Amino acid sequence: MSAIGQSVPRKEAHAKVTGRARYVDDVVLPGMIHGITVRSSCPRGRIRAIRFGEGIPWDEITVVTASDVPHNVVALINDDQPALADGVINHSEEPVVLLAHPSRALLERARAAVTIDVEPLPAVLTIEDALAKTAIAWGTDNVFKEYWIRKGDVDAAFARPDVIVIEGEYFTGAQEQLYIEPNGVIASVEGDGGVAVQGSLQCPYYVQKALMKLFDLPPERARVVQLETGGGFGGKEEYPSMIGVHAALLARKSGKPVKIIYDRAEDMAATTKRHPARTRERAAVTRDGRIVALDIDFVIDGGAYSTLSQVVLSRGCIHAAGPYDVDHVRVRARAVATNTPPHGAFRGFGAPQSLFALERHMDVIARRLGLTSDELRRRNFVRKGQTLATGQIVRDDIDMTALLDRALAASEWHARRKRFAEENARGGRVKRGMGLATFLHGTGFTGAGEKHLASIVAAEGLADGRVRVLASSTEIGQGTSTIFSQISADALGVGCDDIDVATPDTRDVPNSGPTVASRTCTIVGKLVESAAASVKAQLLASELLHEPYDAPAFRAACSRFVKERGPLRATAQYEQPKDVSWDEDEFRGDAYGAYSWAVYVAQVAVDATTYEARCEDFWALQEVGKVIHPLLAAGQIEGGVAQGIGWTLYENVVWKDGRMSNDRMTDYIVPTSVDVPPIHVLFEEKPYAYGPAGAKGIGELPMDGPAPAILNAIADATGVSLTRVPALPETIFEASRG
Amino acid sequence: MRSDLAQFELVHAATVREACERLEAGYRPLAGGTDVMVMLSAGKLQQRRWVDVWGIDELRGIDVRPDSIALGSLTTYTDVRRHEILSREFPMLAQAASETGGIAIQNRGTLGGNIANASPAADSPPALLAYDAEVVLVSRTGTRRVPYASYHTGYKRTVAAPGEIIAQVVLPRSGERVHYYRKVGPRRAQAISKVCMAACAKMAGQRVASMRIALGGVAPTPVRAEEAERAIVAAEPLARVREALARAIAPIDDVRSTARYRRRVAENLLEELMGHVGLAS
Amino acid sequence: MADRVAFRVNGKPCAPQVHPMRRLLDVLREDLQLTGTKEGCGEGECGACAVLIDGKLVDSCLVPVGQVSGHEVITIEGLASGSTLSSIQQAFVEHGGAQCGICTPGMILAARELLDRVPHPVEGEIREALAGNICRCTGYTRIFASVVRAIEIERGGA
Repeated sequence: MSAIGQSVPRKEAHAKVTGRARYVDDVVLPGMIHGITVRSSCPRGRIRAIRFGEGIPWDEITVVTASDVPHNVVALINDDQPALADGVINHSEEPVVLLAHPSRALLERARAAVTIDVEPLPAVLTIEDALAKTAIAWGTDNVFKEYWIRKGDVDAAFARPDVIVIEGEYFTGAQEQLYIEPNGVIASVEGDGGVAVQGSLQCPYYVQKALMKLFDLPPERARVVQLETGGGFGGKEEYPSMIGVHAALLARKSGKPVKIIYDRAEDMAATTKRHPARTRERAAVTRDGRIVALDIDFVIDGGAYSTLSQVVLSRGCIHAAGPYDVDHVRVRARAVATNTPPHGAFRGFGAPQSLFALERHMDVIARRLGLTSDELRRRNFVRKGQTLATGQIVRDDIDMTALLDRALAASEWHARRKRFAEENARGGRVKRGMGLATFLHGTGFTGAGEKHLASIVAAEGLADGRVRVLASSTEIGQGTSTIFSQISADALGVGCDDIDVATPDTRDVPNSGPTVASRTCTIVGKLVESAAASVKAQLLASELLHEPYDAPAFRAACSRFVKERGPLRATAQYEQPKDVSWDEDEFRGDAYGAYSWAVYVAQVAVDATTYEARCEDFWALQEVGKVIHPLLAAGQIEGGVAQGIGWTLYENVVWKDGRMSNDRMTDYIVPTSVDVPPIHVLFEEKPYAYGPAGAKGIGELPMDGPAPAILNAIADATGVSLTRVPALPETIFEASRG
Repeated sequence: MRSDLAQFELVHAATVREACERLEAGYRPLAGGTDVMVMLSAGKLQQRRWVDVWGIDELRGIDVRPDSIALGSLTTYTDVRRHEILSREFPMLAQAASETGGIAIQNRGTLGGNIANASPAADSPPALLAYDAEVVLVSRTGTRRVPYASYHTGYKRTVAAPGEIIAQVVLPRSGERVHYYRKVGPRRAQAISKVCMAACAKMAGQRVASMRIALGGVAPTPVRAEEAERAIVAAEPLARVREALARAIAPIDDVRSTARYRRRVAENLLEELMGHVGLAS
Repeated sequence: MADRVAFRVNGKPCAPQVHPMRRLLDVLREDLQLTGTKEGCGEGECGACAVLIDGKLVDSCLVPVGQVSGHEVITIEGLASGSTLSSIQQAFVEHGGAQCGICTPGMILAARELLDRVPHPVEGEIREALAGNICRCTGYTRIFASVVRAIEIERGGA
């Protein structure tokens, strides 16, 4: 009986429900001391002096500044971000001084006693200012990266006499990942002069790379171990490299293990958030609703250092034209610098921003043409054999029209809209509406990214007959260990209990790439399948095992092999499918190996007394190749939709002088259990050849749909056309005044 | 946790008298901790010396008398919600209690603490104002009763003298009333109010014989809108009542909301209230 | 300043010598090595630190330990009986109520308090009972289903 497709018991669950799961702040090492970070409160300036105030026993405290850092860079892509500010400040909350001591209370007093004397410089704080170059925050022109997508002849298309040009400008705000466990790590020095970092993180090899670069260490002396992680969502993709090198610097200087745990205020103010974005849409449409051309200007705010902005930009711009068949597309995409804490990875990674603009604009177009929201989309959906904006030929047998029909049926779209129209017309303070969004989301790294990653997974037989899977993919709530168990169990012909998934420890596991980009199941899972299959093949070739066999026979053979013959081990490395080709310079070709496709529907009630919009019901339908674990898969969609609802209606980062002023959970509002509507999850499966059992990625997809669906529903309910996320009551109020 | 506890002192009081002695000596009372401990964690607690009053039984209990209900200052929101008579006769207070924080906060937050903390956005104070509550202050030298309407004199300033502790909140019982309470916050639970209105009316047939309207979140203290109350009793048109209300409030822009939004929503709540008491516009 | 504060945790007496204004959360985690209770915000907003004191749900980051003297505290570690999971824990495992697990201890205790207080909770009561516990992973749907299942188990349903 196959494990794939069933909701097998989740291995990680027992420890979590008993409180035995050990997160980094639960770990205490002998001799461990604490670390704290002193940060700038000015968004931009020159450091004149760092003063250490009176009344603190400084001689007891380990102090680290930029001058203590061997290579002052947190390695990522462009290596432009220092671990500690050296002479200049480029954003508020930039780390300047690190302190360590056994007493956290003393450290708090010490932190308050450090004065960073900064001579302020003019700061750039908005996308508009960055583009206008009111000051230069980075490089020569504040632009981290620029990409162009060009398909067909956009200018000629716009000049056609039979098209109507419809424009719109859309904004999305920053969003805080708000994992309930804040960032934290423990670093210790090893006998051989190396360092070891353990903590709450998504990508152990990213942190290793940062340690290696900063300390000039070889990989075997820069060990990183992922501990139980209380949520990531991208917020622990690249940021742990920063906190990791900080703790390691303190550990090296003090000679003791150092634990740094951020409290919520520090985590919110200082660490990465979703990139704010401004998207300008220009659509050339015929009167009967065919979109002939899309001209899109997509700008994201990267904050003060480049970090991952070019990759967020890349995904955002590739998704900007959505699931439609449009002959002429131009996307100009730029990531700009501002003097704010660098923005970073957050589930969706650019696609929620550009898809929000497109899908909201689709409804604006529909309204202009007198078409319904669904009819406009029907007339433009891409089909197999047609091309997306990058020229990628759609190979999926995707029928978006059928998907749309199914979503409309499930949500009782027509009946509800009719009923709401009648009820709304009768007066009353609450008006209801329905809205939809149709979209796609690419699985894995863009273009040649997966090829560059060249991920490796290993599988090895154990003496007790079980098989251990070794990958650097982390379990951060999504169920990595469980699905790897299912995939390898099926490949080996054993049960999930016969599989052990190794803790991601760079000493033990190969680099299977980061736990991001919706790639863990599809890309890494496929390698798990291959490695497991190789182990099975070796065992069969050894003649210790013969087909057909059952799990006990496998275990006996495996155990015997390991005891008598030596290691039973196989690795699998990523190979790009032959039919995938991508031109990074022209941004043309097969951007992603696979896409998942979706239609989301929201029902919203808007209260005219308080201007609050409330999502009352939600349907999320997606085609995902293969559902490996129904419970876990639904959990991903539900959780992502809830985060999407939060981003759309509740979560507002209030910036003041380039700093998040509402840096506490009291004032940064995420939805509670009484705010989240029932979320109805529906799946379709059209297997993808290169995914395990045909699976495609689903982790980030659910972030793309809620914002446009909800704002479209608000427009349906009230006629108020909003172009900005979050749609706070204050925003709806102001929009309904004018 | 950003505070250095070596700088703080928490002593225990078993009786009101002990507590008052401590207050005279410069200690402040610590009840459920739902405000004080947040400030302590954030490293923002200026006051260093605290007297724990949580265990003082004299400050607990809900005493139902013929003409009034006296709530001990340590009455928690959960206590309010569970008290049948109190919830029936003072539903706005019960509603405010149910909308304050979540269950965990309601089990620890107290009316006395809420009043002493004097946040202009607190949920219960408008209900207390609308119900003509009285605050009973006790010191070593005696007891005095202050109308809650006079209790707050400015932002975070109250008439309580050093050495005085809030012992009780007394609600005069009244006959049939129409009650209207609405809290407008950023989400449905566990939220700090942006605007809050508590109003109750005594009716004489279709006519409003007397009116109380109180608001939170729109001034440095919880406020009564007395001019608007009089205008409603005088059966003036909505526009005039609204103008009167506008003069009673002074909302601001802050991290949670805007002055314009608060002002407009307060007006909308007023309109909803007027419909509720049968004065459709 | 340090007092001996005597109370009971998970049925066992303890009497740590602590500053009375120390957060109960920190005393549980650091002095008693009961790390199942988590700190998510330090403001009483997220509920990850929730415990039961005399059967009442409270946020332990807001409770000065001096006030716990003489009282009964239950943490997540007190729910399972040896290796046998309680009904709520079992339901969470079966129905995917935990993803990353950091909110889970507080969430389970909130559910425990609900089940102890309300004989037949309806959907609105369940959602209200959990409103002080923020989950960022699940969107609450699976948590809600887990609590419904736990009610079935305890009330003698299927």
